[in-house]
Amino acid sequence: MAVETQVSSSEENGRPALDWQAIGRELFFTALVAFGLTFVLVGMQTADRGGELIIIPRFTDVVYAIVMLTLGRFGYIMLRYRRASFVLIASLAAFGLSFVLPFPSLFLETMCMVGGLLIALMAVVTLIRHRPGIDMRERDRAMDRAAARFQELSRFIGPILVVFAIILPFLPFMDRQYIDIATLLLMYIMLGWGLNIIVGLAGLLDLGYVAFYAIGAYSYALLAVSFDLSFWVCLPLAGVLAALGGYLLGFPVLRLRGDYFAIVTLGFGEIVRIILLNWYQFTGGPDGIGGIPRPSFFGIAEFLPASRDGITFAELFGIDFDPMHRLIFLYFLILALALLVNMVSLRLRKLPLGRAWEALREDDIASQSLGINRTNIKLAAFTISAAFGGFAGSFFATRQGFISPESFTFLESAIILAIVVLGGMGSQLGVVIATILLIGLPEVFRELEQYRMLAFGAGMVLIMLWRPRGLLAHRDPSILLHGRKGPGADRIEAEQKAAEATR
Amino acid sequence: MSALQKTPLLEVQHLTMRFGGLVAIDDVSFAANNREITAIIGPNGAGKTTLFNCLTGFYKPTVGCLKLTRDNEDYLLERMPGHDITKHARVARTFQNIRLFSRMTVLENLLVAQHNKLQRASAFTLAGLLGLPAYKHVEQSAVDLARFWLDRINLTARADFEAGNLPYGDQRRLEIARAMCTEPALLCLDEPAAGLNPRESAALNDLLLDIREEIGIGILLIEHDMSVVMRISDHVVVLDYGRKIADGEPEAVRNDPEVIKAYLGEEDTEELPDVIKQDVEAAAKEEN
Amino acid sequence: MEYFVQQLINGLTLGSIYGLIAIGYTMVYGIIGMINFAHGDIYMIGAFVGIIGFIVMAILGITWIPLALLLVLVMAIVFTSVYGWTVERIAYRPLRGSQRLAPLISALGMSIFLQNYVQLLQGARVKPMQPMISGGLQLMDGGVGGFTVGMSYMQIIIILLTVVLMAAFTLLITKTALGRMQRACEQDKLMAALVGVNVDRTISLAFVMGAALAAVAGVMVTLYYGVIDFYIGFLAGLKAFTAAVLGGIGSIAGAMLGGLAIGLIEALWSAYFSVEYKDVAAFSILILVLIFRPSGFLGKPEIEKV
Repeated sequence: MAVETQVSSSEENGRPALDWQAIGRELFFTALVAFGLTFVLVGMQTADRGGELIIIPRFTDVVYAIVMLTLGRFGYIMLRYRRASFVLIASLAAFGLSFVLPFPSLFLETMCMVGGLLIALMAVVTLIRHRPGIDMRERDRAMDRAAARFQELSRFIGPILVVFAIILPFLPFMDRQYIDIATLLLMYIMLGWGLNIIVGLAGLLDLGYVAFYAIGAYSYALLAVSFDLSFWVCLPLAGVLAALGGYLLGFPVLRLRGDYFAIVTLGFGEIVRIILLNWYQFTGGPDGIGGIPRPSFFGIAEFLPASRDGITFAELFGIDFDPMHRLIFLYFLILALALLVNMVSLRLRKLPLGRAWEALREDDIASQSLGINRTNIKLAAFTISAAFGGFAGSFFATRQGFISPESFTFLESAIILAIVVLGGMGSQLGVVIATILLIGLPEVFRELEQYRMLAFGAGMVLIMLWRPRGLLAHRDPSILLHGRKGPGADRIEAEQKAAEATR
Repeated sequence: MSALQKTPLLEVQHLTMRFGGLVAIDDVSFAANNREITAIIGPNGAGKTTLFNCLTGFYKPTVGCLKLTRDNEDYLLERMPGHDITKHARVARTFQNIRLFSRMTVLENLLVAQHNKLQRASAFTLAGLLGLPAYKHVEQSAVDLARFWLDRINLTARADFEAGNLPYGDQRRLEIARAMCTEPALLCLDEPAAGLNPRESAALNDLLLDIREEIGIGILLIEHDMSVVMRISDHVVVLDYGRKIADGEPEAVRNDPEVIKAYLGEEDTEELPDVIKQDVEAAAKEEN
Repeated sequence: MEYFVQQLINGLTLGSIYGLIAIGYTMVYGIIGMINFAHGDIYMIGAFVGIIGFIVMAILGITWIPLALLLVLVMAIVFTSVYGWTVERIAYRPLRGSQRLAPLISALGMSIFLQNYVQLLQGARVKPMQPMISGGLQLMDGGVGGFTVGMSYMQIIIILLTVVLMAAFTLLITKTALGRMQRACEQDKLMAALVGVNVDRTISLAFVMGAALAAVAGVMVTLYYGVIDFYIGFLAGLKAFTAAVLGGIGSIAGAMLGGLAIGLIEALWSAYFSVEYKDVAAFSILILVLIFRPSGFLGKPEIEKV
């Protein structure tokens, strides 16, 4: 076991003496685990040679990995013994060496660099604070205070962000690729805000949100392709159909609690996907649906070089045709949809319905004792949230022009849920920040295609470890008796002190 | 109805609650009046909280009838879903282990208690979403009611604090205020004085007496602290092992031999194994 | 009739595999109350270690099948357990006691990480394996033009091995000090710690044992189907979790029973209705069971605590 050695009391120069035996044990154990993790999966690569598998040995990689992990652990232990300056120098040396040493793979080289920097950072923190790391609770409280300040500022940050989002497409450096990324981010922000109602406000763990997204997308695609309805007719219809789906699912399952609820929603998401995959006549099965009509300019003009019937967007405004027009229009469309979701959510929070959601999240038994009909309130959350998912889905369909079940896997649900939880449940601004971190960063590093999802998974774990309650976990009251300047103006600090006193 | 008239409010008839083989409440009948504090006492495991859970719809009684009379109308609680009991029959309760919405503010807790009124006023969210003035008006009156109770329990200054960060005694009083914000006809309090210091306990007594006198509703009170029971209750019901063993004025109940036996367990020694019984007797002799 | 018996056998085989994985879910859930979303991927890693192990056996020249099988099983159990332990240590232990969703998200992250880790190291392509154990028994001969019920040796091995492991595991949990510690931690971690149980180690062991059983399931699947890829963990994990819930989460016998039920439903549904919708059938039954009997087959009914 990784023995968390109690730092011994015998100290030299105010630092604990090194217990080499304990350190040796711990390092040996680390090396053993590293061996177990890497020996088979890293050391022996399987390759297909004419229908038969062979093994390509990569044992140098294993040795490198074991040495690196053990040295990393050594640095960590030394920090516990407060040998910070030594660790700082050593880790920076490791960082430097990573450029020189002949690493067998780019991955290991990167790990050496990142690991060296991380440990160096920890060493710096130890040097500054004169003790190893920061206490979890202390860090949490400091982060809470920072998040609360940030939330207070969000009244200003929000509008600034909206203005920024509006002028964004007209900035000189925006090209096709950046508009695409911005549109993608807004789609996830909208989905995050939609799911936030179920997960963040009502506290129900929904693992199948993608089902509503899929229902919206397929509703739009099928209505538009089969009945030739325009986007502006289909959008509300898709929302209504998704809401209906939410209602129908919600009705039987909302009685379930906690993880059972989660697993049933997960099952529902999979059922929807499997049906889409197999109902060939209706959904096109794995081939999906193509040729989905693009939205027009509010039904007035088309985004085409030339229109057969009616006018084009370029003609309408007397400008030259540019394919970017449609992209920018789509960008504004999703921006408007996302802002709509945001506005409705913010409004709902201040209404009895929204307060009942939060009350249910906090304590559903107490809620019932106050005369709140639990089922109806949860059903409302489910239905509204599903409708928003449906809107996002129909936008997705019209943007892609092609949809298939592959876009609606569980991974998608997991990503949206991760956005909500990482952002801090219930926090609107948190969703924006988490989306930029989780979706934006990987998009920027698209060249590192193979490492993208690896880093994505590791990032999810690391952020949770660093801040389990989400980045902006502070909850903004929905109503204040004394206003922002009243006796509770510095509520957060006053409360933390009061809470400390009671403990 | 004259202000001082005591009318029957709650009638419990032949209530029985079984969980599998365990009989938690066994054929209990009693009545509670309006403008009275009815204390329900008994040793641990006597079935007091189970009785509350039946009254407030968390359990469906195996047998029995729970009739609440309010404004000349009868409500059969055992036939109503839990949330309707609070909404229509107007029974409110607190919990033994405080159940506040701890991450919501004090004021929000009190507004959630007025959910049904506000929900109707917001036309089930639609009017509220549009921000119509009619809703704003009702919301203001809800805040006023909350403020009334905040003043009563001295928490106005902390109205915007998170409920979970309040000291223990404040949380107890806030839970009572929250129950009162549902504008109940019957208030059920599950050990409200537990864990309070003597000063807080005295303040609680005053609050309960005020609720009885001014608001004029009936209170059902589970309490272990006999000094509280004797001081404020008008009527005491004693439960033991799920059965009712006494029912009457506090003075009469205090001197009831059945009750004394249940609390002090006089004859329990007879059921002990002989060896231990001898030990107990020897110890008793030594003390003498 | 013969056709039905054949499907029953197929279903039992499949169900054994789900059951072995389901035990990992149910143990972890019982002890720390969280869904270990990375468990399906642990099973996938078990399958990969297994397939590599078989090639190693071939290289070493160990051709006697029982010995090779045993060695590969041991190898898979050992190396997969290290993954089980590490996942708990890195992604779950630091989050113990924080809000309920945090470990779930880190589990999801871990699952995504492990899938891509294996994909990166071993390639995204499907890994085929030559069948090692072929042949079988004929149980019922349908005669000329009739349907012959057969049970391959592989199926026999899978079912037998599962029965043996289940028996051993039940003994471990009910009779040994280790099992007592597991059950004590399930009931009340704080109290267990007070009476001297090393709670951290017990939880680690639950992950290790779950991983070991998943590794066995992984090796069996490799042999049974002959192909694996880095993505097999997701659906198998999902169904195994369904099985654990169906059987009553927290109950080890229930997990096995749930696994068998899911296996049978899947086999019979594929045989009589449609192969495409077999997963829909499994999930629909899960939803129905949860609505009408939320505690599963063997779980204790939950009374709402007020």
